[in-house]
Amino acid sequence: MPSLSFTSNLTRHTHCPDGEFEATTVADLFECYFLRWPEVRGYVLDDQGTVRNHVIVLVDGRSLHDRQQLSDALTSESEVFVIQALSGG
Amino acid sequence: MADRILVGTRKGLFRVERNVNGRWEIAGNWFLGDPISMLLVESNTPRIHAAMDLGHFGVKFQRSEDGGKSWSETSTPAYPEKPDDVEDKDPFRGLEIPWSTQMIWSLVAGASDELWCGVIPGGLFRSIDGGDSWQLIRTLWDDPRRKKWMGGGYDFAGIHSILVDPRNSAHVTIGVSVGGVWTTWDSGAHWELIGVGLRSEYMPPDKAGDPLTQDPHRLVQCPANPDRLWMQHHNGIFVSDDGGIHWRELSDLPISSFGFTVAVHPNDPDTAWFVPAIKDEQRIPVDAKLVVSRTRDGGRNFDLLHQGLPDAPAYDLVYRHALEVSDDGEQLVFGSTTGSLWVSEDQGDHWQAVSHHLPPILCVQFEG
Repeated sequence: MPSLSFTSNLTRHTHCPDGEFEATTVADLFECYFLRWPEVRGYVLDDQGTVRNHVIVLVDGRSLHDRQQLSDALTSESEVFVIQALSGG
Repeated sequence: MADRILVGTRKGLFRVERNVNGRWEIAGNWFLGDPISMLLVESNTPRIHAAMDLGHFGVKFQRSEDGGKSWSETSTPAYPEKPDDVEDKDPFRGLEIPWSTQMIWSLVAGASDELWCGVIPGGLFRSIDGGDSWQLIRTLWDDPRRKKWMGGGYDFAGIHSILVDPRNSAHVTIGVSVGGVWTTWDSGAHWELIGVGLRSEYMPPDKAGDPLTQDPHRLVQCPANPDRLWMQHHNGIFVSDDGGIHWRELSDLPISSFGFTVAVHPNDPDTAWFVPAIKDEQRIPVDAKLVVSRTRDGGRNFDLLHQGLPDAPAYDLVYRHALEVSDDGEQLVFGSTTGSLWVSEDQGDHWQAVSHHLPPILCVQFEG
Protein backbone atom coordinates (compact mmCIF):
# COMPACT_ATOMS: atom_id res chain seq x y z
CA MET A 1 0.00 0.00 0.00
CA PRO A 2 1.18 3.58 -0.60
CA SER A 3 2.66 5.22 2.46
CA LEU A 4 2.48 8.76 3.76
CA SER A 5 5.05 10.37 6.08
CA PHE A 6 5.56 13.87 7.44
CA THR A 7 8.48 16.12 8.27
CA SER A 8 9.38 16.12 11.93
CA ASN A 9 8.80 19.88 11.85
CA LEU A 10 5.10 19.14 11.57
CA THR A 11 5.06 16.64 14.41
CA ARG A 12 5.99 19.57 16.64
CA HIS A 13 2.58 21.11 15.97
CA THR A 14 0.20 18.19 15.56
CA HIS A 15 0.07 14.43 15.86
CA CYS A 16 0.76 13.02 12.39
CA PRO A 17 2.05 9.44 12.47
CA ASP A 18 3.08 7.64 9.30
CA GLY A 19 0.25 5.86 7.54
CA GLU A 20 -0.46 3.34 4.78
CA PHE A 21 -3.74 3.31 2.87
CA GLU A 22 -5.20 1.78 -0.29
CA ALA A 23 -5.07 4.64 -2.80
CA THR A 24 -4.41 5.23 -6.48
CA THR A 25 -3.82 8.98 -6.36
CA VAL A 26 -2.34 11.43 -3.89
CA ALA A 27 -5.83 12.89 -3.40
CA ASP A 28 -7.14 9.44 -2.39
CA LEU A 29 -4.22 8.90 -0.05
CA PHE A 30 -4.69 12.28 1.66
CA GLU A 31 -8.45 11.78 2.00
CA CYS A 32 -7.94 8.39 3.67
CA TYR A 33 -5.33 9.86 5.98
CA PHE A 34 -7.44 12.90 6.89
CA LEU A 35 -10.40 10.67 7.68
CA ARG A 36 -8.21 9.04 10.30
CA TRP A 37 -6.36 12.22 11.35
CA PRO A 38 -8.63 15.14 10.42
CA GLU A 39 -6.67 17.77 12.33
CA VAL A 40 -3.69 17.32 9.97
CA ARG A 41 -5.59 18.53 6.88
CA GLY A 42 -5.26 22.26 7.62
CA TYR A 43 -1.52 21.97 8.08
CA VAL A 44 -0.99 20.53 4.61
CA LEU A 45 -3.83 21.98 2.52
CA ASP A 46 -5.26 25.50 2.42
CA ASP A 47 -8.96 26.43 2.58
CA GLN A 48 -9.43 25.48 -1.08
CA GLY A 49 -7.81 22.06 -0.74
CA THR A 50 -4.62 23.17 -2.49
CA VAL A 51 -1.22 22.24 -1.11
CA ARG A 52 0.00 25.15 1.04
CA ASN A 53 2.47 27.50 -0.61
CA HIS A 54 5.36 26.53 1.63
CA VAL A 55 4.64 22.82 1.85
CA ILE A 56 6.29 20.38 -0.54
CA VAL A 57 4.86 16.96 -1.34
CA LEU A 58 7.27 14.39 -2.72
CA VAL A 59 5.88 11.36 -4.56
CA ASP A 60 8.53 8.67 -4.92
CA GLY A 61 11.17 11.35 -4.73
CA ARG A 62 9.61 13.76 -7.24
CA SER A 63 7.68 16.92 -6.52
CA LEU A 64 3.93 16.60 -6.71
CA HIS A 65 2.87 17.70 -10.19
CA ASP A 66 -0.75 18.64 -9.52
CA ARG A 67 -0.81 20.75 -6.36
CA GLN A 68 -4.43 21.78 -6.91
CA GLN A 69 -6.28 18.51 -7.55
CA LEU A 70 -3.58 16.15 -6.20
CA SER A 71 -4.26 13.82 -9.12
CA ASP A 72 -0.75 12.33 -9.37
CA ALA A 73 -1.00 8.57 -9.66
CA LEU A 74 0.40 6.17 -7.09
CA THR A 75 1.53 2.57 -7.25
CA SER A 76 1.11 0.13 -4.44
CA GLU A 77 4.76 0.78 -3.54
CA SER A 78 4.61 4.57 -3.64
CA GLU A 79 6.11 6.63 -0.84
CA VAL A 80 4.72 10.10 -0.25
CA PHE A 81 6.53 12.58 1.97
CA VAL A 82 5.24 15.93 3.18
CA ILE A 83 8.06 18.36 3.93
CA GLN A 84 8.35 22.08 4.38
CA ALA A 85 9.98 24.45 1.96
CA LEU A 86 13.14 26.04 3.29
CA SER A 87 11.97 29.57 3.91
CA GLY A 88 11.42 32.04 6.69
CA GLY A 89 13.66 33.03 9.55
CA MET B 1 -4.91 47.38 38.68
CA ALA B 2 -3.80 44.64 36.32
CA ASP B 3 -0.72 42.68 37.27
CA ARG B 4 -0.34 40.46 34.21
CA ILE B 5 0.09 41.15 30.52
CA LEU B 6 0.25 38.81 27.55
CA VAL B 7 2.64 39.66 24.75
CA GLY B 8 2.33 38.08 21.31
CA THR B 9 5.58 38.12 19.37
CA ARG B 10 7.17 36.88 16.17
CA LYS B 11 8.65 34.03 18.19
CA GLY B 12 6.10 33.02 20.78
CA LEU B 13 3.66 34.14 23.45
CA PHE B 14 5.01 35.67 26.65
CA ARG B 15 3.50 36.67 29.97
CA VAL B 16 4.91 39.52 32.03
CA GLU B 17 3.92 40.02 35.64
CA ARG B 18 4.12 42.80 38.18
CA ASN B 19 6.12 41.66 41.19
CA VAL B 20 5.71 42.82 44.80
CA ASN B 21 8.17 45.66 44.21
CA GLY B 22 6.16 47.03 41.31
CA ARG B 23 8.65 45.81 38.74
CA TRP B 24 7.36 44.08 35.64
CA GLU B 25 9.24 40.99 34.49
CA ILE B 26 8.92 38.13 32.06
CA ALA B 27 7.20 35.30 33.90
CA GLY B 28 6.40 32.67 31.30
CA ASN B 29 6.10 31.70 27.68
CA TRP B 30 4.28 29.37 25.33
CA PHE B 31 4.69 28.38 21.67
CA LEU B 32 8.31 29.49 21.48
CA GLY B 33 9.37 30.03 17.90
CA ASP B 34 5.84 30.46 16.54
CA PRO B 35 4.42 33.84 15.49
CA ILE B 36 1.42 34.97 17.56
CA SER B 37 -0.47 37.39 15.35
CA MET B 38 -3.40 38.08 17.66
CA LEU B 39 -4.56 37.61 21.25
CA LEU B 40 -7.84 37.80 23.09
CA VAL B 41 -8.24 37.66 26.84
CA GLU B 42 -11.98 37.28 27.43
CA SER B 43 -13.16 39.57 30.22
CA ASN B 44 -14.11 37.99 33.52
CA THR B 45 -13.12 34.49 32.42
CA PRO B 46 -9.86 32.52 32.39
CA ARG B 47 -10.30 31.99 28.64
CA ILE B 48 -7.49 33.13 26.34
CA HIS B 49 -7.29 32.81 22.56
CA ALA B 50 -4.00 32.95 20.68
CA ALA B 51 -3.83 33.10 16.89
CA MET B 52 -0.72 31.58 15.39
CA ASP B 53 0.72 32.19 11.97
CA LEU B 54 2.78 29.10 11.33
CA GLY B 55 4.00 30.20 7.92
CA HIS B 56 4.54 26.84 6.25
CA PHE B 57 1.54 25.21 7.86
CA GLY B 58 -1.00 28.01 7.91
CA VAL B 59 -2.85 29.86 10.63
CA LYS B 60 -4.08 28.11 13.75
CA PHE B 61 -6.02 28.99 16.87
CA GLN B 62 -5.07 27.87 20.36
CA ARG B 63 -7.42 28.35 23.31
CA SER B 64 -6.85 28.07 27.01
CA GLU B 65 -9.74 27.70 29.45
CA ASP B 66 -7.54 28.00 32.52
CA GLY B 67 -5.56 31.18 32.13
CA GLY B 68 -2.77 29.59 30.16
CA LYS B 69 -2.09 26.48 32.19
CA SER B 70 -3.15 24.31 29.27
CA TRP B 71 -3.93 24.95 25.62
CA SER B 72 -5.75 23.11 22.88
CA GLU B 73 -6.10 23.73 19.18
CA THR B 74 -9.48 25.02 18.07
CA SER B 75 -11.15 25.61 14.75
CA THR B 76 -9.60 28.08 12.32
CA PRO B 77 -11.71 30.47 10.23
CA ALA B 78 -11.77 28.95 6.74
CA TYR B 79 -13.18 30.19 3.47
CA PRO B 80 -15.80 28.22 1.57
CA GLU B 81 -14.95 26.62 -1.74
CA LYS B 82 -14.48 29.28 -4.37
CA PRO B 83 -16.88 28.83 -7.30
CA ASP B 84 -15.11 28.32 -10.63
CA ASP B 85 -16.99 31.17 -12.28
CA VAL B 86 -16.08 33.80 -9.69
CA GLU B 87 -13.27 36.18 -10.60
CA ASP B 88 -11.68 37.79 -7.57
CA LYS B 89 -8.57 39.87 -8.17
CA ASP B 90 -6.86 42.78 -6.48
CA PRO B 91 -8.22 45.84 -8.32
CA PHE B 92 -4.84 47.50 -8.82
CA ARG B 93 -2.32 44.73 -9.27
CA GLY B 94 -4.51 42.00 -10.70
CA LEU B 95 -3.32 39.41 -8.21
CA GLU B 96 -5.73 36.57 -7.60
CA ILE B 97 -7.21 36.99 -4.12
CA PRO B 98 -6.87 33.68 -2.30
CA TRP B 99 -10.00 32.34 -0.65
CA SER B 100 -7.87 31.05 2.16
CA THR B 101 -7.08 32.57 5.54
CA GLN B 102 -3.54 33.95 5.47
CA MET B 103 -3.36 35.78 8.78
CA ILE B 104 -5.64 36.40 11.73
CA TRP B 105 -5.51 40.14 12.28
CA SER B 106 -8.27 40.91 14.77
CA LEU B 107 -10.28 39.03 17.36
CA VAL B 108 -12.85 40.44 19.77
CA ALA B 109 -15.64 39.13 21.96
CA GLY B 110 -19.26 40.13 21.43
CA ALA B 111 -22.30 38.68 23.14
CA SER B 112 -21.93 35.56 25.26
CA ASP B 113 -19.78 33.01 23.40
CA GLU B 114 -19.77 35.28 20.36
CA LEU B 115 -16.44 36.08 18.73
CA TRP B 116 -15.60 38.19 15.71
CA CYS B 117 -12.42 37.55 13.75
CA GLY B 118 -10.94 39.62 10.95
CA VAL B 119 -8.37 38.13 8.61
CA ILE B 120 -6.18 38.75 5.62
CA PRO B 121 -7.35 38.52 2.79
CA GLY B 122 -10.32 40.57 3.95
CA GLY B 123 -12.73 38.07 5.49
CA LEU B 124 -14.81 38.68 8.58
CA PHE B 125 -15.77 35.57 10.52
CA ARG B 126 -18.20 35.09 13.40
CA SER B 127 -18.38 32.35 15.99
CA ILE B 128 -21.34 31.85 18.32
CA ASP B 129 -19.77 28.96 20.21
CA GLY B 130 -16.65 30.50 21.65
CA GLY B 131 -14.47 29.64 18.68
CA ASP B 132 -15.40 26.00 18.18
CA SER B 133 -16.68 26.87 14.71
CA TRP B 134 -16.64 29.90 12.40
CA GLN B 135 -18.84 31.29 9.66
CA LEU B 136 -17.65 33.69 6.98
CA ILE B 137 -19.86 36.79 6.85
CA ARG B 138 -20.92 36.36 3.26
CA THR B 139 -22.89 39.60 3.12
CA LEU B 140 -19.63 41.51 3.42
CA TRP B 141 -17.44 39.14 1.44
CA ASP B 142 -19.92 39.04 -1.46
CA ASP B 143 -20.50 42.80 -1.48
CA PRO B 144 -19.16 44.01 -4.86
CA ARG B 145 -17.44 46.89 -3.09
CA ARG B 146 -15.31 44.39 -1.15
CA LYS B 147 -13.58 43.52 -4.41
CA LYS B 148 -12.29 47.09 -4.53
CA TRP B 149 -10.37 46.67 -1.28
CA MET B 150 -6.62 46.54 -1.77
CA GLY B 151 -3.59 45.48 0.13
CA GLY B 152 -1.58 47.97 2.14
CA GLY B 153 1.46 46.70 3.97
CA TYR B 154 0.42 43.17 3.06
CA ASP B 155 -0.38 41.77 -0.36
CA PHE B 156 -4.11 41.65 0.30
CA ALA B 157 -6.61 43.69 2.27
CA GLY B 158 -7.30 42.79 5.89
CA ILE B 159 -9.65 43.57 8.75
CA HIS B 160 -7.59 44.74 11.71
CA SER B 161 -10.15 46.52 13.89
CA ILE B 162 -13.52 45.25 15.12
CA LEU B 163 -15.62 47.36 17.47
CA VAL B 164 -18.60 45.74 19.18
CA ASP B 165 -20.94 48.39 20.57
CA PRO B 166 -21.24 47.79 24.33
CA ARG B 167 -24.85 49.10 24.19
CA ASN B 168 -25.88 46.71 21.41
CA SER B 169 -23.70 43.78 20.39
CA ALA B 170 -25.45 43.55 17.01
CA HIS B 171 -23.86 46.89 16.11
CA VAL B 172 -20.36 46.12 14.87
CA THR B 173 -17.94 48.48 13.12
CA ILE B 174 -14.79 47.35 11.36
CA GLY B 175 -11.66 48.97 9.97
CA VAL B 176 -10.12 47.66 6.77
CA SER B 177 -6.66 48.26 5.34
CA VAL B 178 -7.30 49.31 2.64
CA GLY B 179 -11.07 49.47 2.42
CA GLY B 180 -12.41 52.03 4.88
CA VAL B 181 -14.87 51.73 7.73
CA TRP B 182 -17.95 49.52 7.63
CA THR B 183 -20.76 49.09 10.10
CA THR B 184 -23.64 46.70 10.67
CA TRP B 185 -26.63 47.02 13.00
CA ASP B 186 -27.84 43.44 12.65
CA SER B 187 -24.80 41.26 13.41
CA GLY B 188 -23.62 41.30 9.82
CA ALA B 189 -26.81 40.78 7.82
CA HIS B 190 -26.43 44.23 6.23
CA TRP B 191 -23.45 46.58 5.95
CA GLU B 192 -22.94 50.29 5.42
CA LEU B 193 -19.73 51.86 4.17
CA ILE B 194 -19.23 54.96 6.31
CA GLY B 195 -16.58 57.62 6.76
CA VAL B 196 -17.49 61.13 5.61
CA GLY B 197 -14.54 63.43 6.21
CA LEU B 198 -11.78 60.86 5.90
CA ARG B 199 -9.03 61.78 3.49
CA SER B 200 -6.51 59.60 1.69
CA GLU B 201 -3.74 61.80 0.42
CA TYR B 202 -2.07 58.83 -1.28
CA MET B 203 -4.93 58.72 -3.82
CA PRO B 204 -5.54 61.08 -6.74
CA PRO B 205 -7.40 64.19 -5.54
CA ASP B 206 -10.76 63.13 -6.95
CA LYS B 207 -10.54 59.86 -5.01
CA ALA B 208 -9.16 61.25 -1.76
CA GLY B 209 -12.55 61.51 -0.06
CA ASP B 210 -13.89 58.18 -1.27
CA PRO B 211 -14.69 56.14 1.87
CA LEU B 212 -13.63 52.98 0.07
CA THR B 213 -10.05 54.13 -0.48
CA GLN B 214 -9.35 54.95 3.17
CA ASP B 215 -6.55 53.20 5.04
CA PRO B 216 -7.38 53.21 8.73
CA HIS B 217 -4.37 51.73 10.49
CA ARG B 218 -6.27 51.24 13.74
CA LEU B 219 -9.73 52.08 15.01
CA VAL B 220 -10.77 52.16 18.69
CA GLN B 221 -13.99 52.94 20.53
CA CYS B 222 -14.46 54.48 23.97
CA PRO B 223 -16.49 52.00 26.05
CA ALA B 224 -18.01 54.81 28.16
CA ASN B 225 -19.03 56.78 25.06
CA PRO B 226 -19.26 54.31 22.17
CA ASP B 227 -20.10 57.01 19.66
CA ARG B 228 -16.58 58.39 20.13
CA LEU B 229 -14.13 56.64 17.81
CA TRP B 230 -10.46 57.40 17.33
CA MET B 231 -8.56 56.47 14.22
CA GLN B 232 -4.88 56.36 13.40
CA HIS B 233 -5.11 56.65 9.64
CA HIS B 234 -2.31 56.22 7.12
CA ASN B 235 -2.12 59.98 6.68
CA GLY B 236 -3.42 61.41 9.91
CA ILE B 237 -5.46 61.15 13.07
CA PHE B 238 -9.24 61.36 12.86
CA VAL B 239 -12.00 61.56 15.48
CA SER B 240 -15.69 60.72 15.18
CA ASP B 241 -18.54 61.55 17.55
CA ASP B 242 -21.26 59.63 15.75
CA GLY B 243 -19.88 56.10 15.57
CA GLY B 244 -17.79 56.66 12.46
CA ILE B 245 -20.32 58.26 10.12
CA HIS B 246 -18.53 61.61 10.16
CA TRP B 247 -14.89 62.30 10.98
CA ARG B 248 -12.77 65.35 11.65
CA GLU B 249 -9.06 65.36 10.95
CA LEU B 250 -6.72 66.73 13.59
CA SER B 251 -4.20 69.26 12.35
CA ASP B 252 -1.01 70.81 13.66
CA LEU B 253 -0.01 67.67 15.47
CA PRO B 254 3.36 67.67 17.20
CA ILE B 255 6.15 65.66 15.58
CA SER B 256 4.10 63.56 13.17
CA SER B 257 0.56 62.47 12.40
CA PHE B 258 1.75 59.09 11.10
CA GLY B 259 1.67 55.90 13.11
CA PHE B 260 -0.08 52.58 13.36
CA THR B 261 -1.70 52.41 16.75
CA VAL B 262 -4.07 54.25 19.06
CA ALA B 263 -5.60 53.54 22.47
CA VAL B 264 -8.50 55.37 24.09
CA HIS B 265 -9.20 55.76 27.80
CA PRO B 266 -12.12 53.46 28.68
CA ASN B 267 -13.92 56.13 30.73
CA ASP B 268 -12.73 59.39 29.19
CA PRO B 269 -13.42 59.68 25.46
CA ASP B 270 -11.19 62.76 25.17
CA THR B 271 -8.06 60.94 26.31
CA ALA B 272 -6.16 58.91 23.74
CA TRP B 273 -2.59 57.76 23.12
CA PHE B 274 -0.54 57.36 19.93
CA VAL B 275 3.02 56.43 19.02
CA PRO B 276 4.08 58.79 16.22
CA ALA B 277 6.62 57.86 13.56
CA ILE B 278 8.06 59.28 10.37
CA LYS B 279 5.70 58.66 7.50
CA ASP B 280 5.76 56.45 5.59
CA GLU B 281 8.76 55.31 3.67
CA GLN B 282 10.91 55.13 6.80
CA ARG B 283 8.58 54.18 9.67
CA ILE B 284 10.92 54.94 12.55
CA PRO B 285 10.59 57.45 15.39
CA VAL B 286 11.11 61.07 14.37
CA ASP B 287 14.75 62.02 15.00
CA ALA B 288 15.21 58.52 16.46
CA LYS B 289 13.46 59.76 19.62
CA LEU B 290 10.75 57.38 20.80
CA VAL B 291 7.77 59.13 22.39
CA VAL B 292 4.13 58.45 23.13
CA SER B 293 1.72 61.28 22.39
CA ARG B 294 -1.35 61.82 24.54
CA THR B 295 -4.32 64.11 24.25
CA ARG B 296 -6.66 64.79 27.16
CA ASP B 297 -8.95 67.22 25.38
CA GLY B 298 -10.23 65.39 22.36
CA GLY B 299 -7.26 66.20 20.18
CA ARG B 300 -6.84 69.95 20.64
CA ASN B 301 -3.55 69.53 22.50
CA PHE B 302 -1.01 66.75 22.81
CA ASP B 303 1.61 65.92 25.43
CA LEU B 304 4.74 64.14 24.31
CA LEU B 305 5.56 61.50 26.92
CA HIS B 306 9.09 60.19 27.15
CA GLN B 307 10.08 59.69 30.80
CA GLY B 308 11.48 56.19 30.98
CA LEU B 309 11.70 55.80 27.22
CA PRO B 310 15.18 55.66 25.62
CA ASP B 311 17.40 58.72 25.61
CA ALA B 312 19.68 57.05 23.10
CA PRO B 313 18.66 56.84 19.46
CA ALA B 314 15.79 54.37 19.10
CA TYR B 315 14.28 52.84 16.00
CA ASP B 316 11.29 51.13 17.52
CA LEU B 317 8.08 50.92 15.54
CA VAL B 318 4.82 50.04 17.28
CA TYR B 319 2.29 48.00 15.35
CA ARG B 320 -1.50 48.29 15.40
CA HIS B 321 -2.23 45.93 18.26
CA ALA B 322 0.90 46.53 20.30
CA LEU B 323 -0.44 49.40 22.44
CA GLU B 324 -3.17 48.74 25.00
CA VAL B 325 -4.74 50.48 27.97
CA SER B 326 -6.01 48.72 31.09
CA ASP B 327 -9.69 48.57 32.00
CA ASP B 328 -9.29 51.35 34.57
CA GLY B 329 -7.42 53.59 32.15
CA GLU B 330 -4.39 53.96 34.41
CA GLN B 331 -1.97 51.42 32.94
CA LEU B 332 -0.57 51.28 29.44
CA VAL B 333 1.66 48.80 27.72
CA PHE B 334 3.34 48.94 24.36
CA GLY B 335 5.82 46.79 22.50
CA SER B 336 7.93 47.41 19.44
CA THR B 337 9.14 45.65 16.36
CA THR B 338 12.62 45.68 17.83
CA GLY B 339 11.52 43.67 20.83
CA SER B 340 11.22 46.32 23.51
CA LEU B 341 8.32 46.40 25.96
CA TRP B 342 7.30 49.27 28.24
CA VAL B 343 4.60 49.62 30.90
CA SER B 344 3.20 52.79 32.48
CA GLU B 345 1.08 52.94 35.60
CA ASP B 346 0.24 56.64 35.42
CA GLN B 347 -1.38 57.04 32.01
CA GLY B 348 1.95 57.39 30.26
CA ASP B 349 3.67 60.03 32.39
CA HIS B 350 6.37 57.51 33.32
CA TRP B 351 7.43 54.32 31.60
CA GLN B 352 9.17 51.22 32.90
CA ALA B 353 11.20 49.14 30.47
CA VAL B 354 10.32 45.48 30.89
CA SER B 355 12.67 44.12 28.24
CA HIS B 356 14.64 45.22 25.21
CA HIS B 357 15.30 41.69 24.04
CA LEU B 358 11.98 40.13 23.19
CA PRO B 359 11.25 39.01 19.63
CA PRO B 360 9.41 41.57 17.48
CA ILE B 361 6.15 42.36 19.28
CA LEU B 362 2.90 42.04 17.37
CA CYS B 363 0.17 42.37 20.01
CA VAL B 364 -0.34 42.92 23.74
CA GLN B 365 -3.27 42.39 26.12
CA PHE B 366 -3.80 43.09 29.80
CA GLU B 367 -5.11 40.16 31.82
CA GLY B 368 -7.74 40.66 34.46
